Amino acid sequence: MAKGEIVLGCLAPHPPHVVYAENPEQNEAFAEGGWETLRWGYNRLARKLKSIDYDAMVIFTPHWQTYIGTHFLGLPKFKSKSVDPVFPNLFRFNYDISVDVELAEKMCEVAGESGIVTKMMRNPDFRIDYGTITSCHMLNPEWDKPLVTISSNRNAHYYSPEVMNEQASALGDACAKAIEESGKKVVLISSHSLSHRHFVTESPLPEDMSREHIYNHSQYVWDMKLVDLMRDGKMKEVIDIMPEFTEQTIAETEAGGLTWMMAAMGYPEYPAEIYGYQSVIGTGNLIAAWDPLEATREIVL
Amino acid sequence: MSDPEILFGIYCPPHPQPLLSPDASEGYGKLRDAFETCRKRIEESEADLILVYSTTWPSIIGHQIQGHPEPEWVHVDDDFHYLGSMPYKFKMDTEFAEKFRESAESRGLQSRTVSYDGFPIDTGSIVALKLLNPDNRIPACIVSSNMYANRAETIVLGKSARDAIGAQGKKAVVVVVSSLSNRMFTEHIDPAEDRIHSAKDDEWNKKILEFFGDGRLEDLSQLSREIHGQIRVQKVVAYKPAWWMSATMGQHNNYTGEVLAYEALHGSGGAVVVLTPSKGSVGDKEFDEDDVEHYHGDRGVLDTGAP
Repeated sequence: MAKGEIVLGCLAPHPPHVVYAENPEQNEAFAEGGWETLRWGYNRLARKLKSIDYDAMVIFTPHWQTYIGTHFLGLPKFKSKSVDPVFPNLFRFNYDISVDVELAEKMCEVAGESGIVTKMMRNPDFRIDYGTITSCHMLNPEWDKPLVTISSNRNAHYYSPEVMNEQASALGDACAKAIEESGKKVVLISSHSLSHRHFVTESPLPEDMSREHIYNHSQYVWDMKLVDLMRDGKMKEVIDIMPEFTEQTIAETEAGGLTWMMAAMGYPEYPAEIYGYQSVIGTGNLIAAWDPLEATREIVL
Repeated sequence: MSDPEILFGIYCPPHPQPLLSPDASEGYGKLRDAFETCRKRIEESEADLILVYSTTWPSIIGHQIQGHPEPEWVHVDDDFHYLGSMPYKFKMDTEFAEKFRESAESRGLQSRTVSYDGFPIDTGSIVALKLLNPDNRIPACIVSSNMYANRAETIVLGKSARDAIGAQGKKAVVVVVSSLSNRMFTEHIDPAEDRIHSAKDDEWNKKILEFFGDGRLEDLSQLSREIHGQIRVQKVVAYKPAWWMSATMGQHNNYTGEVLAYEALHGSGGAVVVLTPSKGSVGDKEFDEDDVEHYHGDRGVLDTGAP
């Protein structure tokens, strides 16, 4: 069996607003549009994914929060409705997803062997979180690839962002080993915003783009610092400053997704593909991808 | 508007073990028995509203209030999914929900009711309502805990609840769903060997329960910041349940306090406490923080003094 490999890594933020604005048939709410910079960036990355041969998407989500270890979806099908508890007015999505249980079990096994506390989730009534659905829908609206969803163990809450970095790195290493042993071609998805301070009010028309801006300038400056490092291919440096970035901007990186993905990809030293940056209800959202294959790596923006 | 009639308050934990696996440990069973005692008290009371403030329902856009008349779903906990599913169908007091929203807005808060099929009611609210009001005999209302809200906003939210209870002439039981210390073990454990995560957490929990037992709710409210720093995992900006509970119940120490159970729930501190308004007062705290009546929003410190 050939060795498995990671064929692309995607930073894919999950504000439900982008799904809402796309008006897919699965979502009950209707929008007049909005957040085009992000949506068009997503559309372009989705087109790139169509040109890549892969077997499964593996997504690390901040909205399946676990405090007792890292959990993996462990049943082949989940069909239900996901309603965002914060923005139920925007996101009520009827989903029907397939899971690559074999790959999930392999990751759970290898992570467990490396000392990480793990658990397979096999309750058929379990509801898939809106982070997983938003990122996966925007990257693959046809939903024609199986997923593996990994919960986010909240080490930043229990210990510190430094411990989060260590634990998420260890999980990334374990997942990379599991992918290699599986023989599969996998797309990794780190589902989160960068800076993550929200406005606590919402305009009467949520898609009114005249109201949309970053929460404050310091959040923006930090976000751009990270974008610059990504453009320069300095991902080890990004992960090294992650604890400070996370604390300064209340960043959603606190869940460990970007650290997990960068560790699994060996901390790329090549430039990230930048697809778009835009604020959503005050948070900073970047779409980016890391293509290990130099021949297909692009300068997008 | 009449004075609000709050029959009693209940403080109870959000974890699903007392509902789903009460026989897994002696402690879980004792918590279940304490919930059962509270259920009977509610049944024997003249309550016509159960008002729940849940720390496991975080919100961002202001304060969300459940406005669906009969929310129904099968819920599964993120961590404890292996303990089983929690099917529910609740009866909500939608008129009260609207009044609560209106009261909150009139005091300067951002608030909205949510009424959507399939809205994910949180584990803590489900555990509380299924155990305290299993037959939906009394209509309920659930309010979220805004993740950015601090003391002023939370106290004003409590006063808004009090306004709404008084305006509608309700006889309410107030339920706060929250752990004491909230640090769980980060490994899977044998429930029979469950214990409070650390001696420090246990000591602080017992100190809090001493205050509860003496009926000193407003004193606990004043100690919230200290409690947050000492024994709360810093998931949100503050330990808010005592602020909200005290503001809703009238900001005093005149209660008969009963600690019905105190047990570990995967390391966290789970207690079931009943506070019944009574005469007389105890307490030795001096309060020097503002008693806020109206929420005016953030003070905009970043903009102050800018060139």
